Amino acid sequence: MVHAFLIHTLRAPNDKDAGFCRVLYSCVFGAEKSPDDPRPNGAERDRLLRKEQILAVARQVESMCQLQQQASGRSSVDLQPPSSSDEPMSLHDAPHGAFRLAAGDPFQEPRTVVWLGMFSLGFALVLDAHENLLLAESTLRLLARLLSDHLRLLAPGTSLLLRADRIEAILTRFLPHGQLLFLNDQFVQGLEKELSTAWPL
Amino acid sequence: MSSTGMERLLRQAREIQDGELSKFCARITKLLQQQDSGAEAVDALQRLLLILSATKYRRKLEQPCMNLLQTTLCSTTAPPQLQLLCAAILREMAPVEGLALTCEQAHNSHTLSLVASVLLAQGDRQNEVGSVGRHALQLLEARPPEGPGPRLLLPVLSKVVSLSPGILPEGSWFPPGSGEGLLWQLAQDRSHLPRCGTLVHLSWLCNGGTVPGPADTQYPLLSSPDVQPKTCPSCPRSPGGPAAPEASGLAALCQHPAGVSAAPWERLLCSSDKPGLVTEVDGSVATDFFTVLSTSQRFTEDQRLNVLVFSMLRTWLLLGLPAGLTAVEADDRSELEGSTQSVLSAASATASRLLPPQQQLRAGAFEYCQRILEQSGRRALRRADSDLQKACLVEAVLLLDLLCRQEPSFLYPTLPCLKALLGRLGGDPKQARTLLPVARFLLSHGEAAAVDSEAVCRHLFTSVPAELFPCPMLAFELVQFCRDSLHILGPGLGLLKPSFPNLLKLLAWHSPALTSEFVVLLPSLVDAGTAVELLHALLDLPCLTAALDLQLRLSPMTSEWPLWDISLRPTSCLEGFRDPHFQPLFQFLLRSKAAGSTLRLAPLYRLLQPLAGCARVFQCAQAVPTLLHAFFSAVPHVADAALMSQLALALLERSGSLFPVPQYEDRVHRVLSTQLLGLCRLRPALVVELARDLLGFAGSVSGIRSQEPMFTAVVWAAGEYLTVAHDRRCTVEQVTRFFEALEALLFEVTQSRRSASPPQCQPQVITVLMTTLTKLASRSQDLIPRVSLLLSKLRTLPVGPGDEDTDAVRTRATELTNLLKMPSVAQFVFSPGPEANSSRFHRDATTALPLALRTVSQLVDRETSLLPA
Repeated sequence: MVHAFLIHTLRAPNDKDAGFCRVLYSCVFGAEKSPDDPRPNGAERDRLLRKEQILAVARQVESMCQLQQQASGRSSVDLQPPSSSDEPMSLHDAPHGAFRLAAGDPFQEPRTVVWLGMFSLGFALVLDAHENLLLAESTLRLLARLLSDHLRLLAPGTSLLLRADRIEAILTRFLPHGQLLFLNDQFVQGLEKELSTAWPL
Repeated sequence: MSSTGMERLLRQAREIQDGELSKFCARITKLLQQQDSGAEAVDALQRLLLILSATKYRRKLEQPCMNLLQTTLCSTTAPPQLQLLCAAILREMAPVEGLALTCEQAHNSHTLSLVASVLLAQGDRQNEVGSVGRHALQLLEARPPEGPGPRLLLPVLSKVVSLSPGILPEGSWFPPGSGEGLLWQLAQDRSHLPRCGTLVHLSWLCNGGTVPGPADTQYPLLSSPDVQPKTCPSCPRSPGGPAAPEASGLAALCQHPAGVSAAPWERLLCSSDKPGLVTEVDGSVATDFFTVLSTSQRFTEDQRLNVLVFSMLRTWLLLGLPAGLTAVEADDRSELEGSTQSVLSAASATASRLLPPQQQLRAGAFEYCQRILEQSGRRALRRADSDLQKACLVEAVLLLDLLCRQEPSFLYPTLPCLKALLGRLGGDPKQARTLLPVARFLLSHGEAAAVDSEAVCRHLFTSVPAELFPCPMLAFELVQFCRDSLHILGPGLGLLKPSFPNLLKLLAWHSPALTSEFVVLLPSLVDAGTAVELLHALLDLPCLTAALDLQLRLSPMTSEWPLWDISLRPTSCLEGFRDPHFQPLFQFLLRSKAAGSTLRLAPLYRLLQPLAGCARVFQCAQAVPTLLHAFFSAVPHVADAALMSQLALALLERSGSLFPVPQYEDRVHRVLSTQLLGLCRLRPALVVELARDLLGFAGSVSGIRSQEPMFTAVVWAAGEYLTVAHDRRCTVEQVTRFFEALEALLFEVTQSRRSASPPQCQPQVITVLMTTLTKLASRSQDLIPRVSLLLSKLRTLPVGPGDEDTDAVRTRATELTNLLKMPSVAQFVFSPGPEANSSRFHRDATTALPLALRTVSQLVDRETSLLPA
């Protein structure tokens, strides 16, 4: 099962002026059990912890992506979308990878993170420790592709910050309650058609 | 939108004041109360979600607004867009104290799915997980015959069991006296597992109602006599059927090859949802039942369920079984004569209907997996489908592994399938990742698969990493496989350990992602035979990265993007890579198996120098210190005396021979010196045995400057452990030799300090030298006058303005001189017996140690205060 899905900013390596790594969207599918905390404002602290957990993942993904980009000598130019948005996107060559988070750091359970960088956006799935990574990887690619198509992420002037309903709609269909699905190409097309009907572009 | 635009928006959202927010909430309240607020309400909720999510601190929403969000969420008439946003907002705020939302408010699957997403985000303080699970079950059992109900609720249940395994009431699995348990239903789902989707939904209809079916089929349900029959309203059953419960063996009888005409009764059962022509991924018409790898122009509801159930199946089998299952299983098995035969035949024959539900589920899953194995061998027309084939193959093998562990009788039919699979996958580099679960299966099923597991492990540890190391996912999965399989590797461990040069290639190329994995894995790779070679390999890891870079540059390109830094053009390195002079060194560096010996790679360091600055090499170099610590953590468990002295010698040697990556030497020296002291602590006799080598290392001034931490460690170790107390072989001559060498060194160092030239070595080095000399002198009293003389010179070192370092040196010299005035105390302080470590010496005021320490400190204090200003 997927514990969380997040989209965050990816700054170019060595770009000191690019501000901070920001989580632009996150969805936690079923929270880990809250600690028994008799002190007041337990719920507030709990939420703070969860936000920090997601941010920790985002930051780690960002640095993994930056390190990978640096290692392969790709400059920050690659983080910009192609000038013509007609250019087909090949997500197979996008920076991607996986890493493990030990139990307690930052989640209670051990987790695996699968991530994908698409221009200046990072996408990540936080998975239970022994998920099918091939499936998770292709699901992440699918989600990134769908989000970029249906939210027109690459077009100038659009923001995913104010289109959470559409992200939710995509996740409900393609990752319901964090359940990774074995979707073949035809099936994806069917679901996409359904999505386009319900949420016209 | 540009990142600055997003940043601005986020900042705005964060800066919204409470007053503004409460006005905004009032507006939202008004909008949600209107029937046709439409786009305006959606826009407002989007903004509210952004405001809430932009900060990690809690924002308070007005109660009426909170209430309306929950009401809208549960409303049957609200537009889905609004409902999704309401759920997202409530989830974003979670955990919320005093949330009024409960499962009872959700009357249909769609709403319950949304409500569940909010409730499951609450952290289970009020047992929300169990409540969601129970309600989802209730709705599933009572759902209307048509519609996407189960499709929406099954993922909820899957999440519930993964959050809290075993939380669903046992009755929902094995209902005493009723046949509507979830497992029962899932077992029935066997029908929609292996069969064409047309029958899928039927099992979900089993709510106790009865619908007449064709008279010629009989469907026994549970063999246990106390379980009453519950039949599916659409399940065919015989009016005059047997006393045994009915309706679950449906699947076994429903051979429904896609595209093949169905039996008359089956057509009756087909929903109005007409499936399109079902084809395989290679485009041919399907001749067997529907699976996730079957494609169609239009998918029916039951085919969608089929996909969902296969996706969830592993979670169910793994977590969904209640705790008491093992006992139940044993009972069930005893009822069947010869469980092997019964389950075996279950996979293919109608006998499955005689089986208890969990076995039916397993039998169905088994059959489905076999079909997936067959389908994954087809040549997919689309790239996405070929990716899916691999993912399915992995899932099928993982499922088979699980099934065989839960029901060993599956093992014998599975092994030949996997052998055939191995034959198919083995040679294909694109299938390397799918080999991992196969290997794991073979390993975890012991002797039955020993031969094959050895072959596949050999393949995985040799050619796979050597050829495919640049793939980040493969690298991660392979290392994870090694790490997780350590306990089951058995003889495979014998294959794994000597393969470390190959595994290190993965690490050298992907050090940021894999370092933490290797920290866990490394200790298992260390054994007496490989330790020294592994240590050298770790120290040469950045050099390996550079060599791999060259290797890739010279090999035909496999990806659209080059995997190396194109801004670097290491022409000389590339020429050197082909140069026969360097060939043996490169071959050694890029070896795939432990060689049993080591070659000195210093010539390569010079050749590869241009690559030392490239990012990947630098990243790898940064990981090495951590890895060295992990390596040495395992040494005490495997090393004998001989190995320890080999390792110590290697440390001495390598501290002067490292690939010149910026900052690499400094970092590694610090680790090596710590570890050298660690080795000496483990085995103090090392210092006596290696006295000659240590003396050779410490006796040169050059070592002080270039390898200061190592030098300090060696000198300290000599002072600490060169004594008869640790090794009876220690002689006065040895002590004197060390003393003389260090004395000359200290003299040289401090003389140079006296001169106008800037200080050439750190005060730490001088104090360590002084202390060691004093320690040695305390063991051989003839030397005391010599060291006293030296110390007295140091006490009078001239002080420069602001020269605190010299102050420290003078203070230490004074302290040591004072101690030496009382040789017996000095000996006790500098060479305490091992009993000084026992806690009694520190706690018991009547023992000598505290007394001695007090006396010494008084002496030292008094004398320090008399220091010349």
